[in-house]
Amino acid sequence: MKGILGKKLGITQVFQEDGRMEIVTVIEAGPARVVQKKERERDGYDSVQVGFDEIKKEKNVTKPMSGHFKKASIPPYRFLKEIKMEGFDAGDEITVDIFSKGEKLSVTGTSKGKGFQGVMKRHNYGGGPGSHGSMFGRAPGSIGQGASPSRVWKNVGMPGQMGNKNITVRNIEIIDIRKEQNLILVKGAVPGAKGGYLILKSNAPVAVKEG
Amino acid sequence: MDAIKVIEEGFKKEIPDFKIGDTVSVSMKIKEGEKERIQVFTGVVIARKGGGIRETFMVRKISYGVGVEKIFPLHSPLIDNIKVAKHGVVRRAKLYYLRDKKGKAAKVKEKVYIKKKS
Repeated sequence: MKGILGKKLGITQVFQEDGRMEIVTVIEAGPARVVQKKERERDGYDSVQVGFDEIKKEKNVTKPMSGHFKKASIPPYRFLKEIKMEGFDAGDEITVDIFSKGEKLSVTGTSKGKGFQGVMKRHNYGGGPGSHGSMFGRAPGSIGQGASPSRVWKNVGMPGQMGNKNITVRNIEIIDIRKEQNLILVKGAVPGAKGGYLILKSNAPVAVKEG
Repeated sequence: MDAIKVIEEGFKKEIPDFKIGDTVSVSMKIKEGEKERIQVFTGVVIARKGGGIRETFMVRKISYGVGVEKIFPLHSPLIDNIKVAKHGVVRRAKLYYLRDKKGKAAKVKEKVYIKKKS
C-alpha cells in the first residue's frame, strides 16, 4: 500500500481530451515527511507515521511534540497519520509522484458536521402528515415490536449527532496530477469541508483477516 | 482557492468578442472513428450562460425550415474556432422570443457602423 496526506481545496470542473467536462475535487497532497518508522521488532507492526502541513511558528508546537519531530530532524507538522507502507525511512519526503493518472484511491476525511439531527434528515425517515390534527410530524414513529422482543433492536435509527465523523470513500479516480503545485485532481466529491485534512491511499482490496 | 483559479485559467481559450444577437460560425472538431473533421455551425447567438470555464453559449439557426439550437461550452477544446460574421442590434440578453417568430420577424437587425467624418 502507498499513501499520502492532503488537504481539500475545493471543487471545480476540467475539460477532458475528448471534450467532456469532469467535476473534480482539487487536493493539495504533500509534500509530506515521514516522522517515524515503526518496526515489527520494536512496535509489533510495520508502518510509517507521516506528517503534513508544516507548523511555521515554534510556539505552536508543544515541547513533547517538538522532541518527536527533532528525532527525525524534520520541521513540525500539524497532521500526523500512520500509513502502512514500505520503502520509506524517517525524514523521507513523500510527494504526489507515488501516484499516477487513472489510479483509484480510497480517500478518508472528516465529514461536515450537521449537529444533532432528527430522524428525517439523519436516516431518511418519511415522517408523518404535517396537518389535519396529525401529531406525527417529524417524529420517528414506532421503534419496535411489543412483548416480543420487549426491547429495541440494535441499529434502530434515532436522532443524534450527524456528520463530523471519519468517512472513507473508495474507488476515487485520479483525473490529473500537477506535480509542480503538489495537486491531485480526483473525480467527484471527497468527504469533508474545504481545508479539511484527507488521507489518500491506494485502493487496497477490502481488508480480510490474516490467517 | 488560488490553486483552483489557476486550474480554471489554464483551460481558458482566447475567445473573440461576441454578444447576444451576433451571427457566429462555430467550427467544431468531430471524431468519426479514426478520422477527425471540422463541422461548421452558423447561426444567431441567442443566449450566454454561466461564467469562468463553465460559460456556455447557445446558437440558433434554421435548417431546412426547422429551427436547430446548439449549446456550446465556450472554452471547450472541441471548438476549433469561433468567427463572428455579423453584429446584431438587440435589447435583451436572451433571445428566446425568436423561437416563436417566423420569416422576416425572426431576423435580428444588423448593427451598422457609421464612420465618423474626420
